[in-house]
Amino acid sequence: MSTARTIRFTLNGSPVSADVMPHETLVDVLQQRFDLRGARESCGQGLCGCCTVIVDSQAVSGCLYLAWFLDGRTVATIESLETAKGLDPVQEAFIEAGAFQCGFCTSGFILMVKQLLDAIPDPSDEDIRHYLAGNLCRCSAYPEILDAVRIAAKRRADAVHS
Amino acid sequence: MAAVTPSRQIGRSIPRLEARGKVTGRTEYVHHLRLPGMLHGKIFRSTIPHGRIKRIDVSAARALEGVHSVVTIEDIRTVIPHPYYGPAFHDQPILADGKVRFAGEPVAVVLAADRRVAEEAVGLITAEYEELPAVHDEVEAATSPVVVHDELKPAATFPDLQHLKGRRGTNVALDYQLLRGDPDAAFASAAHVFEHTFRTQQVMHTPLEPFVAVADVDGGRLTLHTASQNPSFVRIEISRLLGWPENRVRVKVPFLGGGFGGKLYIKLEALVTALSLLARRPVKISLTMDEQFFMVTRHPCTFRIKSAVSAEGRITARECEIWWNGGAYADIGPRVTQKAGFTAAGPYDIENVSIRSYAVYTNRPPAGALRGFGAPQTAWAYECHTDMIAAALGIDQVEFRRRNLLHNGRPQASGTVLRDAALGLVLDHLAARMNWSRPLDRGSGRIRRGRGLAIGFKGITAPTTSVAVVNLYADGSCALYVGTVDMGQGSDTVMAQIAGEVLNIDAEAIRVIHSDTDVTPYDMGTLGSRSTFHMGTAVRLAAEDAKRKIAELARELGLPPGTNVPLDELFRRKYGMQAGNIIGTGSFIPAYEKPDPATGQSANVTPFWGVAGTGAEVEVDTETGEFKVTRLVNVADVGTALNPKLVQAQLSGGAIMQFGFTTSENMTFRDGQLTTNSLADYKIPTLLDIPRDFINEIVESRQESGPFGGKGAGESTTIALSPAVGNAVADAVGVRLTDLPVDAEAVFRALTAAGIAQAQS
Repeated sequence: MSTARTIRFTLNGSPVSADVMPHETLVDVLQQRFDLRGARESCGQGLCGCCTVIVDSQAVSGCLYLAWFLDGRTVATIESLETAKGLDPVQEAFIEAGAFQCGFCTSGFILMVKQLLDAIPDPSDEDIRHYLAGNLCRCSAYPEILDAVRIAAKRRADAVHS
Repeated sequence: MAAVTPSRQIGRSIPRLEARGKVTGRTEYVHHLRLPGMLHGKIFRSTIPHGRIKRIDVSAARALEGVHSVVTIEDIRTVIPHPYYGPAFHDQPILADGKVRFAGEPVAVVLAADRRVAEEAVGLITAEYEELPAVHDEVEAATSPVVVHDELKPAATFPDLQHLKGRRGTNVALDYQLLRGDPDAAFASAAHVFEHTFRTQQVMHTPLEPFVAVADVDGGRLTLHTASQNPSFVRIEISRLLGWPENRVRVKVPFLGGGFGGKLYIKLEALVTALSLLARRPVKISLTMDEQFFMVTRHPCTFRIKSAVSAEGRITARECEIWWNGGAYADIGPRVTQKAGFTAAGPYDIENVSIRSYAVYTNRPPAGALRGFGAPQTAWAYECHTDMIAAALGIDQVEFRRRNLLHNGRPQASGTVLRDAALGLVLDHLAARMNWSRPLDRGSGRIRRGRGLAIGFKGITAPTTSVAVVNLYADGSCALYVGTVDMGQGSDTVMAQIAGEVLNIDAEAIRVIHSDTDVTPYDMGTLGSRSTFHMGTAVRLAAEDAKRKIAELARELGLPPGTNVPLDELFRRKYGMQAGNIIGTGSFIPAYEKPDPATGQSANVTPFWGVAGTGAEVEVDTETGEFKVTRLVNVADVGTALNPKLVQAQLSGGAIMQFGFTTSENMTFRDGQLTTNSLADYKIPTLLDIPRDFINEIVESRQESGPFGGKGAGESTTIALSPAVGNAVADAVGVRLTDLPVDAEAVFRALTAAGIAQAQS
């Protein structure tokens, strides 16, 4: 086995460091060093989206992203969305629409919806379907997820205009 | 507590009680659990489908730095002398015992504190086998000289399997039969006879939280943390394996990341228990997605169906013969064989019925329960068959179904009289939503359109028990103790609504205590659409018991009947301070009559019926076979919708899952080796696959025997979806697919065979 290396990065707004082995992934580090559970490994191949994490404003598959590459970067996980002011509008929209069943994929979906709405504030149904096609929901709360995106888009637009 | 205006909880579409935890990523799953000193187990698996183990060399793995130990069946026997388990047959060894029966079967386990070390060590294990001939097809296996198990070993808990005990030289693990009327005579005098054979493929539950269990043996007590739909059964079966009383085994289940019938009965629990006993440390096994395909699957089946039809278009007799491919271990396959067996003739009023249904061992990964308990496989056959008959007789498909439909008050094939099953309403509503009376634009050129529908029903596993406890605390707040596992269906929320309805408490204010067999009472399992009906009734009874005890307390305190003194005040008056509890209990087992083993006849074979229909419109490219389902309509009878929004989610979720099983999902094998055990090759539906026009509705109905008129909903839309799609494709392009899945390649091959599409060489 090779030796560990110290990486320093920004995690949900705070500077952190960790000694990690070359084979460790972003999900390993989040779960084992920082007790952050929202990003979860499921398919292990970057195909399901359960492990979605935002690194330097880009959505990445945390199960494939090697932790060494985090050095100097900025990481945001689902845990960053709830603040003292409450939930993020996307989280509220997911509750309102009932856009999950078992909840295992939900963190990934919520982070991707935020990315989607940052890129396309008023997405069409086809935009939503394509943008979220890399996130799987085996409970198939897909119709409710479409509703949640529409609700969240409207909330964000209302917040901008008010 | 004693609110003046009753707080109506039934029929409220409240969000799931656990919603906040799920959107913030904080929900507890076994997936995340880490215990101090915990070891990770990684499994070394068989590379051949059938063979005797000559030698397992674990020396290199054992020598790897960081490896705690390597375990085979010889080690397991030192802590569990008879290491065979299963709900119906005690046929499955905790690790391969002298023989392997499918490619992917667990043979050895490496334990290490670092799971990557364990994984690396697994790669250093080698095994030598004496290969045996293997059998993969269910029909072939039923009579094959290749025998998967030398001797059948039914579990004592299944009285109807005892005649199979000790039987040798066969792969048939259950031979269910039903006989009603005189089918031979009816066939002999029939105006028309139709016979077809249909097949379904092997598919897998694919929960996104893969199978995971943690065992922690400490001082003669075992705690299992497991992603299980069946905590009570796990405790019973583990106690049996260990020879321990139930009270030394504790099974805890938090939320599940999906289940769908996969996480039933006993899966990883026996293995992690043995490993923890050996290592004297907590042991966790988390399967990877690809390993899930070796744990449990849905039975592929072959169904030969034959019908006698009168000149007036009435079905007068039906003969069904079904072979269920159970893979190498029976799991709950014999129950699937029987339960789906007795409804295999479909929801029609047929005087003369013969059904034979066989659970068959093969050298494939095991099959068990998957959202529908066999009903979707049988409906694929009987509803495609129905359309083929209607087409041959020139009768409209809806009209032919109406003419033959089973109505409430009439006996089903088992002899049980149909009650509270809205088959007629479902068919009418479906036809209306499909605009069936209006012609369809059938397209022209290479794109052709068609539509199809199907209807189906299912019986419910019986007799089964649920027990619930309602605990009222001294401040008047309420907790509910139930063994029902919330795996996404929303049972916590619905159970709280039922208790709240009785006790006039908002469901959101009730705390639902999750499965912990040290605390929560017995429940047969979260399966087969039974929870709302069975546990829902137990919860209602428990809440009513608590309510009676509140009234007794008030009487004891000299208060008049119907007093509005709040509960916390009653407690204070009784105990002089904020103290005490009121515990309400409820236990429910519905009436049941065991079917006659020779004829399958019973006056009461199921506590209720699951009923649903599906309609599909498709657009088929006749040059490529590619098709789109442009409209998908599901209509179900769920009794009273206790939480309409959760019902809606169950209907659409079940439908989309079955849509995957219909159009894309397929476990394919080459020489007994699974070639599709990854989400790259095994395609489950994404947002892009959902039909753009997708409707899910319920009909006005009430289950008189259910809690507040409710019954199960979770499986309903899986039943009739596949044949609706198959019928629509046949309607569009005139070719009939008899095997699932219906994918572009299958459609193209059928078009080519029919001379419609030209194969490009």
